Amino acid sequence: MAAEFHPPSLSDFFPPAILFEGTPFELDRLMLVRIVMTVVLLAFFFLAMRSPKIVPRGIQNVGEMALGFVKDQIADEVLGKEQGRRFLPVLATIFFAVLFLNFSGIIPFINISSNARIGMPIVLAAIAYIVFNYVGIKKYGFFKYVKSSIVVPGVPLPLHFLLIPIEFVSTFILRPFTLTVRLMANMLAGHIMLVLFFSATQFFFFEAAAGMKVFGIFSLVAGFGFTLFEMLVIFLQAYVFALLTAVYIDLALHADSH
Amino acid sequence: MSLTYLAQEAQEITGGGYGAIGYGLAAIGPGIGVGIVVGKAIEGIARQPELAGQIRTNMFLGIAFTEALALIGLVAGFIF
Repeated sequence: MAAEFHPPSLSDFFPPAILFEGTPFELDRLMLVRIVMTVVLLAFFFLAMRSPKIVPRGIQNVGEMALGFVKDQIADEVLGKEQGRRFLPVLATIFFAVLFLNFSGIIPFINISSNARIGMPIVLAAIAYIVFNYVGIKKYGFFKYVKSSIVVPGVPLPLHFLLIPIEFVSTFILRPFTLTVRLMANMLAGHIMLVLFFSATQFFFFEAAAGMKVFGIFSLVAGFGFTLFEMLVIFLQAYVFALLTAVYIDLALHADSH
Repeated sequence: MSLTYLAQEAQEITGGGYGAIGYGLAAIGPGIGVGIVVGKAIEGIARQPELAGQIRTNMFLGIAFTEALALIGLVAGFIF
């Protein structure tokens, strides 16, 4: 008799509550994973910078290389040396938060990325949105900042009626929305693909009819290959999130010279 | 065959899968777009290898913007 195969579905992302059920603070598996990965991130940097030496060795070296990557490739490249130094804490926080929280997606028994539900990406995108708007408003004043972000210079008057709503939506509404959805959808798709491949392997090897067992090898190899691809996607999403935040900050700092 | 006969035989289409069709259509544009961005970036690096770092950074920016549309299509398939 053939067994039924149950592919992964969206209910994977809403597991039953484990602690504090019924209150607004209820913790299910995914919230516990988020808490654990945040503790791991804090522990990593605490251990790396505990007693800093001039010539770094060991874990301090790894921490410094990681921070050096954020500083050189993201902050200084987009913002320049002086403003890059000013915004390095925000950019490093966003980069390492996204990286470490995503990473739980490929750890074998956790298998769910902490950014796969929309809550955490909303928080990170809100941080980026508040920072770039605050910087622009502080430098230019509220009305001048909004005006120079929305009005495109050198355009005949009738076209302004078309361009101003488009620019307003694109700058102040779509930016945090796409930051959130990009991160969440990448992690959601990655989780569903990985669970599909590995549950298909389990199904083919253990539960299917004898003729189908050979397909288990294909799905196992595909699962392994996709895990490697998922590592690349995890790093790339962290890099893109931090890079886009830096670009938005830079655009807000130079709002009157597009 | 008269129209009334056909109307009587008509059945309602049930079943899902529209989300998958929607995502498939949504992925055509970004697929072409990302291909164009990366292709132009590779051309640029081939012409001026000393600017490879800056070109690579801008390539990732372009990929992020175009890929966002494909991902919104993926999520919209789940919602609607």
